[in-house]
Amino acid sequence: MIGEAQPAAARRRRIGAMGAEPAIEWALFLCALLSVATTIGIIVVLASETWAFFGRVALTEFLTGTEWTPLFAAPRFGVLPVVAGTALVSSIAMAVALPAGLLSAIYLSEYASAPLRRTVKPVLEVLAGIPTVVYGYFALLFVTPLLQRVIPELSGFNALGPGIVMGIMILPLVSSLAEDAMRGVPVGLREGSYALGATKMQTSLRVVVPAAFSGITAAFILAVSRALGETMIVAIAAGQQPRLTLDPTVPIETMTAYIVQVSLGDTPQGTLEYRTIFAVGTLLFAGTFILNLASAWLRERYREEYA
Amino acid sequence: MKDFAFRVLSLLVLYLALAALAALLIDVAVDGSSRLSWDFIRGFPSRRASAAGIWPALAGSILVIGVTAALAVPVGVAAAIYLEEYGSRSRLARIIELNITNLAAVPSIIYGLLGLGLFVRMMALGRSVLAGGATLALLALPVIILSTREALRAVPKSLREGSYALGATRWQTIWHQVLPVAMPGILTGIILALSRAIGETAPLITIGAVTFVSFAPDGLWSPFTVLPIQIFNWVSRPQPEFQVNAAAGIIVLLAVLLTMNGVAVVLRDRLQKRTQA
Amino acid sequence: MSSIVRPAVSVNVRPAAEEESRPERTATIAADRLNFYYGAKRALHDITLGIQPHVVTAFIGPSGCGKSTFLRTLNRMNDIIPGTRVEGRVAIDGQNIYAPGVDVVDLRRRVGMVFQKSNPFPKSIFDNVAYGLRINDMVRTTSDLAARVEESLRQAALWDEVKDRLHESALALSGGQQQRLCIARALAVRPAILLMDEPASALDPIATQRIEELIYDLKRSYTIVIVTHNMQQAARVSDDTAFFWLGRLVEFDRTDRIFTAPAEKLTEDYVTGRFG
Repeated sequence: MIGEAQPAAARRRRIGAMGAEPAIEWALFLCALLSVATTIGIIVVLASETWAFFGRVALTEFLTGTEWTPLFAAPRFGVLPVVAGTALVSSIAMAVALPAGLLSAIYLSEYASAPLRRTVKPVLEVLAGIPTVVYGYFALLFVTPLLQRVIPELSGFNALGPGIVMGIMILPLVSSLAEDAMRGVPVGLREGSYALGATKMQTSLRVVVPAAFSGITAAFILAVSRALGETMIVAIAAGQQPRLTLDPTVPIETMTAYIVQVSLGDTPQGTLEYRTIFAVGTLLFAGTFILNLASAWLRERYREEYA
Repeated sequence: MKDFAFRVLSLLVLYLALAALAALLIDVAVDGSSRLSWDFIRGFPSRRASAAGIWPALAGSILVIGVTAALAVPVGVAAAIYLEEYGSRSRLARIIELNITNLAAVPSIIYGLLGLGLFVRMMALGRSVLAGGATLALLALPVIILSTREALRAVPKSLREGSYALGATRWQTIWHQVLPVAMPGILTGIILALSRAIGETAPLITIGAVTFVSFAPDGLWSPFTVLPIQIFNWVSRPQPEFQVNAAAGIIVLLAVLLTMNGVAVVLRDRLQKRTQA
Repeated sequence: MSSIVRPAVSVNVRPAAEEESRPERTATIAADRLNFYYGAKRALHDITLGIQPHVVTAFIGPSGCGKSTFLRTLNRMNDIIPGTRVEGRVAIDGQNIYAPGVDVVDLRRRVGMVFQKSNPFPKSIFDNVAYGLRINDMVRTTSDLAARVEESLRQAALWDEVKDRLHESALALSGGQQQRLCIARALAVRPAILLMDEPASALDPIATQRIEELIYDLKRSYTIVIVTHNMQQAARVSDDTAFFWLGRLVEFDRTDRIFTAPAEKLTEDYVTGRFG
């Protein structure tokens, strides 16, 4: 053809190398497929053990029963107490993380000077990077005693201390995601508001936040998902007493802490008690999966609005 | 006036968060520094709190993270290369992407259940370092894929075009042009993913990492424990002396994390300088 | 509107001695009813024209008229963009490059391209030029490699400026030097055709002048096609000019005729600046 031809040996080597291209692409594709395999693995493992579990325990008892004592001699399999425990701690955490996270995001996005942002953001990232077992220590040995000085009847294991600490841990997540959402709002919108004589606070709360609404909601949902799945803080500081209650001062047990409790024990594999952790795990996975999907959908919608 | 109050309130919230971090670090330091010593780092756990050490846990952590890295890094980077350079517009690729974003938000304890069912039981790896490393590898994989894709996306299109125009194949372009330029970002992402994995407790407890070991792991098939589990074990004991140990253990864990993140920052700066004249 | 005039080949006088030392590497390009689609949108309509060797052909036209798109069909660079489609044929030396089974990667080596914004690799000057040679496995020994790199840098009129710093980063060169480096890089793999997409548009006048002188030198050994939005440049540098408008080829003729006595009114309006 045209141009200089390659020496024959080089051409042969090149055709060999070209033959390797589809093989390389296949190998890379298989690696990408492995992520799908992970999800399938999770579903298969959870489903098979849960299926076996429901062979012995009625679904209605599981979902509506109010006593959770699977490890007792006369076991009860009503999951509501541990669900309530998770819900209680998560609600406290969200009461801390959502407003504080949003406020901090508003400040960083609309008010803060560049040097302040440069110092604060890495610190928030450190907060997010601390292992949860450390937070558990903090909740049990610092926060709870501190709270006990104010609330004398607070028991050593409770929902309030770990809830607050969990909120502090999740705050950076809410803050950074909400800030991203607000930064995506076009400058023109803010300028229009200022030009009408609005203050910064009015602009932030009435223009920017509503405009970033779906992005911020996506951030909130992701925070809830994170709280539901959090394990070590509650395993260390919330207690091991499944209890259907709204009282944050008494020991409770969350779904995640229950799984840890059984795993630490000597429950033999293949028994009904062993299978309870998968049944609880399935509930947890289903809940967080729905939340994650909702969050992703909202984020996609938000991107479409402003991209 | 309201504006000022709002401003003060937001700033206050920020400072409270920072204060909480400071309180945590100071509390841990105050509680634990008395126990911190070389004997502590090299010693073995014991029923006598004052004689207990964290060597098995430290060795276990290092070994497990080694397995995690060996498994998750090649697969994660390869998957990211595929999604970013080869298939980024097909419908299958979009599904894979969505799947990965979801996996990154699945609670870590679910990965523990997966590891228990898959690695410990089905593949009969037992409660070994290998099973623990593999479980954490699955946990780290989505994070590595996401951060590697970011790094690849940051490489300008003009670089790829220049390479194609000279008659390079896609893989040649990726290997010789794209990867070297994306490497600092990729490495940073890997180190951050691994430092998250080192702090993970729940999945390893679930697959059966032992909480009281008196020996360091002697291989991939050996039972093991890791730093965060050792800390958890000590925190769970009622005696205050063990809680001091827990604090000291936390200091060691945070020191390890600090080192890893420091290395990440240094590596990224060093490599960035090389690709920028 | 699509009157095509086949220009007479402009004969250049070439020094006899140089002729023997350089093998004949040029080629003809013939597009035949070429249509190009970005998804459903048709960007090129029935382009038919023939490009001669030893000649600089310029593509001119307002922004968005398809001249760059057409240029990129000549080395199938548009294949990289997903959702694009080609109908018709482009034959280089008589062979259709869009026929099934064509080795696109090899095609791109033989049809070189220089881009509007110079894109040197973040490597040393030497490695930039050597890259094409290495990946195409074109030289066996290190001394051959060094010789080829030097030859290409000389051809691009850059050797004297960089010979003492071949192993410094290419990113430290000035804009004009970087562009000449990209030309050297393209020449190193011994293409027959050189496609240049607005090669001097990002450069200052002095650097532009050097590039234009280089193009004049290179046309002795290569078929050169250059896209430019600068009509004065087209008039200075090219022998033949093709005027594109809204994805169609309006007129194709010798440059002096296009700029002094074009056949089409549209062409006349464009070259006299009645629209841009």
